[in-house]
Amino acid sequence: MTLLKHELSQGKQMLFIWTAVIAGMLGVCIFIYPEIKGEMSDIGSMFSNLGSFSAAFGMDKISFGTFLGFFSVECGNILGLGGAFFAALLGISSLSKEEKEQTAEFLLTHPIHRSSIVLQKLFALVLQILILNAIVTGVTALSIYAIGESPDIKTLALLLLAYLILQLETAAVCFGISAFLSGSGSGIGLGTAALFYFLNILANLTEELRFLKFITPFSYAEGADIITENSLHLQYLSIGLAAAAISILAAFYWYSKKDIV
Amino acid sequence: MYAIQTSDLTKYYTAKGFSGRRKKFRGILNLNLTVSKGDFFGFIGPNGAGKSTTIRTLLGLISPTGGKAEIFGKDIAAQKTEILSDIGYMPSEAFFYRNQKVKEIIKLSADFRQKDCSAEAARLCERLALDTEKKISELSLGNRKKVSVVCALQHMPKLCILDEPTSGLDPLMQRELYAVLEERNRQGVTVFLSSHVLSEIQRYCKHAAIIREGKLLVSDSVEHLGHTKAKRVTVRGIDVPPAISQIKDVQKNGDALRFLYSGEPNLLLHSLAKLPLTDISITEPDLEEVFLHYYAKEGA
Repeated sequence: MTLLKHELSQGKQMLFIWTAVIAGMLGVCIFIYPEIKGEMSDIGSMFSNLGSFSAAFGMDKISFGTFLGFFSVECGNILGLGGAFFAALLGISSLSKEEKEQTAEFLLTHPIHRSSIVLQKLFALVLQILILNAIVTGVTALSIYAIGESPDIKTLALLLLAYLILQLETAAVCFGISAFLSGSGSGIGLGTAALFYFLNILANLTEELRFLKFITPFSYAEGADIITENSLHLQYLSIGLAAAAISILAAFYWYSKKDIV
Repeated sequence: MYAIQTSDLTKYYTAKGFSGRRKKFRGILNLNLTVSKGDFFGFIGPNGAGKSTTIRTLLGLISPTGGKAEIFGKDIAAQKTEILSDIGYMPSEAFFYRNQKVKEIIKLSADFRQKDCSAEAARLCERLALDTEKKISELSLGNRKKVSVVCALQHMPKLCILDEPTSGLDPLMQRELYAVLEERNRQGVTVFLSSHVLSEIQRYCKHAAIIREGKLLVSDSVEHLGHTKAKRVTVRGIDVPPAISQIKDVQKNGDALRFLYSGEPNLLLHSLAKLPLTDISITEPDLEEVFLHYYAKEGA
């Protein structure tokens, strides 16, 4: 567990900054809701009639005038995209940073199995994402309580759960890629998260590109679908979880036999 | 049982060549090396000869392409973690987590080994005059190397592997490091080090091996290596050495002409007898000259 503690200690600054930014922006977003709530019904109908633009962000299916509709679009983008960027950066650097910063020689000449290194780094990654989401959930709950809204708890919980799984899948995919890298992968990580996000927008735009939903984790974190169906899309979710599992297995396999030159 | 034993240990690297196609590059070739328990062993060779590849293979950082190696009778591939418990490794370039303090790195290394090494670590830090409150990012290469000495020795390993240990250390610290290593060696610890500094090997090591282009050229006691067939010949009175193919490393220093000779003595004496010499001395070469002797390619 020494490496797990070390990883958490090394990542605490990044975790603090990303948590503060995401939770802060989410809190601000929720706090401005009462002020613009009155204008939302007009804005909402305008947003829902923007054709492809509305479809791209799922605004054609939900009412922007309801708190959950507002939350899923505004706050969903903050937590979904922001969280995905955070998870991608964590995942992509987790294994490769040791080679990039030339600390792999120090770490790997201690009596620790490489599989244990991968496992402890994975735990650290998951823990950091859980901490961020726990704090964000707390800030969300307090902010909702403060503005006096009482949204459907199950739907809200499903939205937050979906964003959490989205981050875990993104982190797992980037973690898998990280095992193959020996230099900085932040560009690849951020690119992967951005790609996932835009693949979902493209899939929303046209029926021909609907298959992209099977590739991107943003498909099961689509706020409009969660609110209207009050459940997560199990097919997209299963594929996402399988992709995460394959990525993690690839990381274990490759890192265990990788030459540290 | 040997501390280190390699049998036909081979490592090829795969990397992109100039053409962009993946090519195999030689690391080490059929390396057969034995280091006895309790030895103080020097591993000599220029950059790219395969010293670091050998060390990295022994430590499990890279996997061999062929052959096998054992440390204290344990297979480096199958029992890597057990082996690493018995080893203290000092890399040629010491890199640590930059934002951590020296004392945190030393503690981290001990924690990875699940040992309380605080007493020995404190003793080593004092001997090496290492400020443990400083951050790694504030340290020079020499001070980072001191940190790696402490990390390599604090857990009292049975085998110390040191890759170019004195590069970056000032002469006083070099002497202190060797004093520590000699103490450990007297306690039965095996020391295996690679170095370019042949005087160090000659002064401290009991045995040494020379590696060239991935192949082991010779492995023997330092004393025997000095008694190689090659002799250092210094003559005065001539500017050009006799035309004998076994003459290498010709140097003109003032009126003295120096060269290494590795042929039959009679042939040299017969050739020199015809020349107007004013002085001659034939001595055993020092280790540096032995090294050059083994490194001088045929016809060079």
